[in-house]
Amino acid sequence: MSHLILAAGDPLYVFGVNLAVFIIAALKVLVAFGALMGCVTLMIWFERKVISDMQSRIGPNRWGPFGLLQTLADGIKLFFKEDLIPAQADRFTFKLAPYLALIPALITFSIVPVGGTVTVAHHTFLLQVADPPIGILLLLAMSGLSVYGVILAGWSSGSKYPLISSVRASAQMISYEAALGMTVVTVVLATGSLSTHDIVTSQAHGVWHWNLIRLGIVPFVLFLISITAELNRPPFDVVEAESELVGGFHTEYSSIRFALFFLAEFMNTITMSAVMVTLFFGGPAGYVPNIPHIQWVFPILWFLGKTTLFCFAYVWFRAALPRFRYDQLMDLGWKRLIPLSLAWMLLVAGFIISPAWGFALAALSLVASTFLTRAFDIGLNREAGPDSVLPTVGERPLPPYILRKLTDGDDQ
Amino acid sequence: MIAMTTTWPDLIVFIAAAAMAVIGALGIITYRNPVHSALSLILTLLGVAIAFLEQEAHFLAAVQVIVYCGAIVVLFLFVIMFLGVDNQEDVTIEPLVAQRPMAYASVVVTMVGILAMLSRGGWSTGAQVATGASPSGAENVQAVGSAVFTTYLFAFEATAALLIIAVVGAVLLARRDRTGESISEGADA
Repeated sequence: MSHLILAAGDPLYVFGVNLAVFIIAALKVLVAFGALMGCVTLMIWFERKVISDMQSRIGPNRWGPFGLLQTLADGIKLFFKEDLIPAQADRFTFKLAPYLALIPALITFSIVPVGGTVTVAHHTFLLQVADPPIGILLLLAMSGLSVYGVILAGWSSGSKYPLISSVRASAQMISYEAALGMTVVTVVLATGSLSTHDIVTSQAHGVWHWNLIRLGIVPFVLFLISITAELNRPPFDVVEAESELVGGFHTEYSSIRFALFFLAEFMNTITMSAVMVTLFFGGPAGYVPNIPHIQWVFPILWFLGKTTLFCFAYVWFRAALPRFRYDQLMDLGWKRLIPLSLAWMLLVAGFIISPAWGFALAALSLVASTFLTRAFDIGLNREAGPDSVLPTVGERPLPPYILRKLTDGDDQ
Repeated sequence: MIAMTTTWPDLIVFIAAAAMAVIGALGIITYRNPVHSALSLILTLLGVAIAFLEQEAHFLAAVQVIVYCGAIVVLFLFVIMFLGVDNQEDVTIEPLVAQRPMAYASVVVTMVGILAMLSRGGWSTGAQVATGASPSGAENVQAVGSAVFTTYLFAFEATAALLIIAVVGAVLLARRDRTGESISEGADA
């Protein structure tokens, strides 16, 4: 019976399932979920404390030691607040959106290797929830799906500022996904496998084998920038820019749904820090002292330490960097990150085949980048505005009444 | 044949995936609101992705979610929101002439094609035979990769070129140069 339940829930386990495998899988899911939830609570406290320190404030200090229980108190408060749905809202989508934001954040964490292997009662298993053959592609798939939470929340609120926010979110996330994908491909090229477990083991032989150094620093920087944009974290948080859009996509949300959005955001921050550690910093790789019985603890500690470092970096970004303007954000994504990530991917591919190919592709990339710079120059000097758009030829494939609504809208 | 190759878990997953796809497809054509239709499209695409996964076509499943759910439907939503056509459409006005008869014709052609293929081939739904991939899942990605870049290289590159041409063409059609001769030279670089 357990065999059947598991196989229906996860088609990747169709072959060779017995009770032990089922129990291990279920335990892994439960532990990962609980740990992630605990980390989110800590992360919210951590962010508030660090930000207050950087701004010479005290921060939360009433509940529990060092204010550790403040997040719990806030959670309880939000849970008992009145749940409002605007009259103009699309009710079904409005209720659905917070979950669409939360679930991809949860699923992405399942591919992150947290530690090495552990043997319990003759069953050796990996310390990661799942190691599917598509591996790191799951990250791209889930970051593609996570955009729906923001888009639909903004649209279904039936309000202007959230709508602007969701239009911004859809454009921003699509733009940075290309650069993100290309950087992930660079890592996959060096590893020769999509599986996150393989990515981590290929970096296990010391600091010089970490992808950070092996691929040159550039892919890591590109990944950091584009994943920050995918997260809508500062300095890329034009989606919820308080000074322009009130609160962005969650302006109309209250109570537990609002809390779910925040849970998703912080969970995403932790997960992406963990993914960055996996891809570029060897995951759980690090020095393991030769102490019997507790050797398996040290990789986990290394992993936690590295991940915390990146969580701190995100808080630091928020405290230190001013928000990008929307057009600057788009320029950075399309004109800098995408060409650079493409060129670097070709470069890595070339050097994997032979140095001659590598240098040839480097030269080619340089030539292409000069052409591109020229094209950007021309583009900057061209005139924009309504007059630069061609007049319509024949009839538009839009009904006349919609056209009238679109064109006559700004008269009053 | 079906009894031999299909196991119970396979069948359950297949039924769930097929139900998702069919319910989503019905939603696309029945909802009046374009955004709800787009949401139903996501449901359909996810159902198809699960079906791919069930057939051991892992890479196809991932690409299905990344490209279709993650990019194309987002673009649909982007356009719907920008144009503001999120209210109920008046379907009595026919924006494209002969759209309806052509839709009927293409449905008939597709159905005939699918039925013809089903009658000729020995597909059993729910079993891992239809995609013809290698039985072990781990090699699936490599198999797809080497097929695309060796056997089907020309078709792959031609498709890529076609997409680029379409994008550049769309940009060229949508914009007009007003500031003289030097700009029109490098506009499509």
